Amino acid sequence: MIELHNVSRSFRSRDGDEILALEDVSLAIGRNEFVTLVGPSGCGKSTLLRIVAGLILPTGGVAAIDGEAIRAPRDETGMVFQSPTLLPWASVLDNVLFPLRMMGRMARDSAERARELIRLVGLEGFEQKSPRELSGGMQQRVAICRALIHEPQVLLMDEPFGALDALTREEMTLELLRIWETRPKTIVFVTHSIPEAVLLADRVVVMSARPGRIAEIIDVPLERPRSFDSEGQPEFQRRTHRIRELIFGSRLKRAA
Amino acid sequence: MARNARELIVPLAVLAAIVLVWEASVHAFSIPVYLLPAPSVIWRDCVAIAGNIAGHTWATLVTIMLGFVASIVVSLPVAVLLTSSASVANAVYPILVLTQSIPKVALAPILVVMLGANELPRVVITFLVAFFPLVISVATGFLSVPPELLELGRSYKASRLRELYRIRLPYAVPFIFSGLKVAITLCVVGAIVAEFVNADRGLGYLIVTSTAFFKVPVAFGAVILLSVIGIVLFQAIVVIERIFFPWSSSVEATPA
Repeated sequence: MIELHNVSRSFRSRDGDEILALEDVSLAIGRNEFVTLVGPSGCGKSTLLRIVAGLILPTGGVAAIDGEAIRAPRDETGMVFQSPTLLPWASVLDNVLFPLRMMGRMARDSAERARELIRLVGLEGFEQKSPRELSGGMQQRVAICRALIHEPQVLLMDEPFGALDALTREEMTLELLRIWETRPKTIVFVTHSIPEAVLLADRVVVMSARPGRIAEIIDVPLERPRSFDSEGQPEFQRRTHRIRELIFGSRLKRAA
Repeated sequence: MARNARELIVPLAVLAAIVLVWEASVHAFSIPVYLLPAPSVIWRDCVAIAGNIAGHTWATLVTIMLGFVASIVVSLPVAVLLTSSASVANAVYPILVLTQSIPKVALAPILVVMLGANELPRVVITFLVAFFPLVISVATGFLSVPPELLELGRSYKASRLRELYRIRLPYAVPFIFSGLKVAITLCVVGAIVAEFVNADRGLGYLIVTSTAFFKVPVAFGAVILLSVIGIVLFQAIVVIERIFFPWSSSVEATPA
């Protein structure tokens, strides 16, 4: 569904130097596949996500969805950021409807669909509340509803649980798996947490920094539905260990 | 409720005490009326010509409001222009700063020559005094929108106009209101200065003429009325903000 062929992206820094954020990244993601991107900061995970979102263009190579090159934001993608970035003046319901208003696609059943999504993430009864009355985790649930309201095929998530406390984070991880199982989508999920990456994904893309490249792609054939019990399985352990090795390996060896 | 009452009673009691001390010391030290009239004398002399003073107050109010409305009408589009692109900002901003370095008060007599001895130069001066701070706070509001929110808008292919009225404008509301509060107090100053220079009505005119005839109590009365106007207009804006934009008054509009 999503194909990246030798995608590179460079930025010009303030003092005029050319910085290579992504170099020669090739990746194919299937329909309804859950892929997580992990790597140290500066490995270009967010850049990669924004290229798929159509928010920035690659400077080399081709990024495509269903065989069509991505040149601008597309209807079939929805996005969730690290901070919920809800509109402080709008109610939960209006925040969820925001994308449809921006796209000029409000329909008669839009509000009903928004309520359904709000119910799906367990926020029934909060439709008319204002964002500042919600906790961080609840706000992020609203942001997820907002990303789903226009029924995108692809959900792009940029460290969506990074700003949450550890307990809320675990709860949200399971919540996301549940949502994905009831409404299958292609999900590309950027994270800093290795266990989170393995628990969620069909495949974990491990990236290395400067320039950002794919170090290795790791299959996670663990059974679904998964829970935190999955973390005890040796299969799980082996994979988190391998990812740690890829990210810290060179450094650990040098230290030894 | 009890707390609200105390918040009102304490300052009122302090004010009453100051007026009492003022009255008492004028009598105790027999201060001549042209130096410092007692509050009771101010009251007596002003009530004696109440109808006259009401006319002057109305004239000044009209000037303040016309100048205030003009500054809002002009500064919103200018702020949009300033924040629309870097090159436009580079072209417009230096001119704005240049015009701001001119003391508006010094312009007043020139404007009277240019525009004639009527209401127009007074409104223009009032407008000029309030305009710049308002533009700056509105522009700051437009620029304080979190980049993720703009990215979100872009990912839904929002037009510039939609982005402006669905994201930037509502986001700037707390900033606009803090600008309006500054602007309204400046408008009072602007109107009075304009009336000093050229007027046949208004509280500024009343101050100039009454001091010329050593009717100092009337001048004091006009000054007190002016501060009452300032407070009432300021509070009116606070109330409007609270009623129509309840989420705004809880957001702290500090430029980041």
